[in-house]
Amino acid sequence: MNTHTLSVLVQNRPGVLTRCAGLFARRGFNIESLAVGPTEDPARSRITIRVNCEQHSLDQVQKQLYKLVDVLKVQELGASAVELELMIIKVTSTPERRPEIISLAEVFDAKVVDVGPQAVTFSCVASPDRLQALEELMVPYVIKELVRTGRIALDRDGELGRRTRMRVVA
Amino acid sequence: MDSDTRKITGAEAMIRCMEAEGVTDVFGLPGGAILPLYDAWAACDHTIRHYLVRHEQGAGHMAQGYARATGRVGVAIATSGPGATNLVTPIADAYLDSTPIVCITGQVPTHLIGTDAFQEADIQGITMPVVKHSWLVDDVRDLPRVFKEAFHIARSGRPGPVLIDVPKDVQLAQLDFSYPKQVDIPGYKPSKHGHPRQIIQAAEAILAAERPTFYVGGGAIHSGVDQADLIRVAEAAQIPVVTTLQGKGAFPDSHPLCIGLPGMHGSKAANWAMNRCDLLIACGARFDDRVTGKLDTFAPGARVIHMDVDPAEIDKNRQAQIPIVGSLEHVVPKLAEALESRTNGGPPRAGEWLETVRGWKRDNPFRYRNTEPLKPEYVIERLRELTRGRDVIWATGVGQHQMWAAQYLEIDRPRRWLTSGGAGTMGFGVPAAIGAKVGRPDAVVINIDGDGCFQMTMQELATARMYGIAAIHVVVNNGWLGMVRQWQELFHEERFSETLFDANLPDYVKMAEAFGLPGFRCEQIDEVDVAIRAALECGQPCVIDARVDHEEKVYPMVPAGGSSAEMIDVEWAEEDNAWVEEGV
Repeated sequence: MNTHTLSVLVQNRPGVLTRCAGLFARRGFNIESLAVGPTEDPARSRITIRVNCEQHSLDQVQKQLYKLVDVLKVQELGASAVELELMIIKVTSTPERRPEIISLAEVFDAKVVDVGPQAVTFSCVASPDRLQALEELMVPYVIKELVRTGRIALDRDGELGRRTRMRVVA
Repeated sequence: MDSDTRKITGAEAMIRCMEAEGVTDVFGLPGGAILPLYDAWAACDHTIRHYLVRHEQGAGHMAQGYARATGRVGVAIATSGPGATNLVTPIADAYLDSTPIVCITGQVPTHLIGTDAFQEADIQGITMPVVKHSWLVDDVRDLPRVFKEAFHIARSGRPGPVLIDVPKDVQLAQLDFSYPKQVDIPGYKPSKHGHPRQIIQAAEAILAAERPTFYVGGGAIHSGVDQADLIRVAEAAQIPVVTTLQGKGAFPDSHPLCIGLPGMHGSKAANWAMNRCDLLIACGARFDDRVTGKLDTFAPGARVIHMDVDPAEIDKNRQAQIPIVGSLEHVVPKLAEALESRTNGGPPRAGEWLETVRGWKRDNPFRYRNTEPLKPEYVIERLRELTRGRDVIWATGVGQHQMWAAQYLEIDRPRRWLTSGGAGTMGFGVPAAIGAKVGRPDAVVINIDGDGCFQMTMQELATARMYGIAAIHVVVNNGWLGMVRQWQELFHEERFSETLFDANLPDYVKMAEAFGLPGFRCEQIDEVDVAIRAALECGQPCVIDARVDHEEKVYPMVPAGGSSAEMIDVEWAEEDNAWVEEGV
């Protein structure tokens, strides 16, 4: 089983997320991450879904997604796609250790978004791997809270990645 | 319908939308949240007939029976909350058997949605996994577009159920009504024409095959494919044809190439023809587990041509070497042409195979011992014989009686066989038959039901009586939940756990009489024809209580999860002259 990233362009209608997510649940797929948000067209949204499954099951779920009336396009993104994720992380920090933590975070282009007496909070936009590395580095300082958006992704221009190809086109 | 606009209420607009879609009959039951629609129903000038049911499940199955018998979209109406949830079973049933129905439900007013208001249920959420699409209409101006889309989606592509949930205040609000002429749904473009190259490849594969089998399913009926085109395909290449439970009638049972029903209770010949073929030509069929048995041992040597309008069926259960996605109505005639232009009436390669399959059919008919106590198969055979030559639409419930009906009835034309296959919904028979009779009043409509099934929806006899919908309901009454009993006997060491009914409870003849309808009973062989003749002649809705042997089992059988190449059967003692073979 491999992890796949699906990019699903949908009509921006009530219930569309439920329909898509419900389909995955119904067919026994475990969603690793799911992010949904607006696109360049206010009438459309893009759902980025990470799933772990066999290729055959993935083909089936893509076809089932296509059957949903509000789904316009389903695309499997390949390794070349741009994939980014936002993480907000709140790390325990006494005033003495603050400079050390901040300089470490800066290596990852993380931004300080809040400083309190006992903690400092960063935001970081990066590839999921890089976020993972930052998180691990912060563990010794004690992470108070952490949230990640789940990845969002787009194909690179001119590079189709591994586009979904329905094997059957009439 | 012209597109001039005028101001009307949402409720009236719903009626005008249905009129514009050519709806002539609907099935429903009113309640609080759908009251404005019913008020408009009485107040407006229109010609749509409404059949008041006794339970919303009945309305849903009637819409299904209507749709499947006529090929038109069936319509069911219910109120919010429990009214709507009572439609869930028919919706799920229609989803699995690809039946086009539009379900219209009332909803609590928009300002109360989400407050656990009286009779509030999130019916759109509840039905989401089993609808083709659904709408909660929160703006009255959307109603015409939503209805246009709903009927279009229900009937096109792979047909299925759709749901329109309309809050009460939306029904009462006013709009400038005009019905759209065009429908444009960017995410919904079902394929029509199969790929020409794939069709030619299929034709060549069929003609090159030594042992082809044509596997025809319900899609060959729903798509409205001309039966003559299916026959052309089968005849051009002299292919034996198996028709699934849903496909029964797509290809004539009486045609010499027809091998009949495959699957769990299908014929040995049909199962062997599928399992031993080198090319399986699936046409609107979906490799359901009740047909294939254990998938990894199913048709091991076969390449597969799969024609279907739904791309998601291709490679779902069985990989297809030649997939053709398109409406069968377009694909099948093109395949017939491709075959005919290549054979020029020459002798087919598959001649020897055809003889083998026919030999299997000849040597392994469905059969039973026609002795007392009365056998259910005999009742079904007599129904078949006494209606021969007439245009009969058959409905069934789910269970043993359904399988015997599938085995022993001979159905030659599409839309004459209405049965719940995918969902296996007990209680489908009574309302489906009523719906069919409403849609096809000229036809003889016979519901072959079981006593277990009949008791689930028999209150709809009141609907039948009220409108004089003269379908005949035959209760194949063994006093048990027979199919479950059969499994308990064969696979659970005869522990008959909670399957015993009582053949006298209720007294079906008296019950029919309580509804003001004639009831007839037959308990012995010589009483069967008398009861059937009386039912056929009475010209009213009526009930036949056929008391049959409760130990009779449906054979042959593929045990669940077993290989469909190996069927279990009873020992046939050839010297015993009580055996009756199908069609004899």
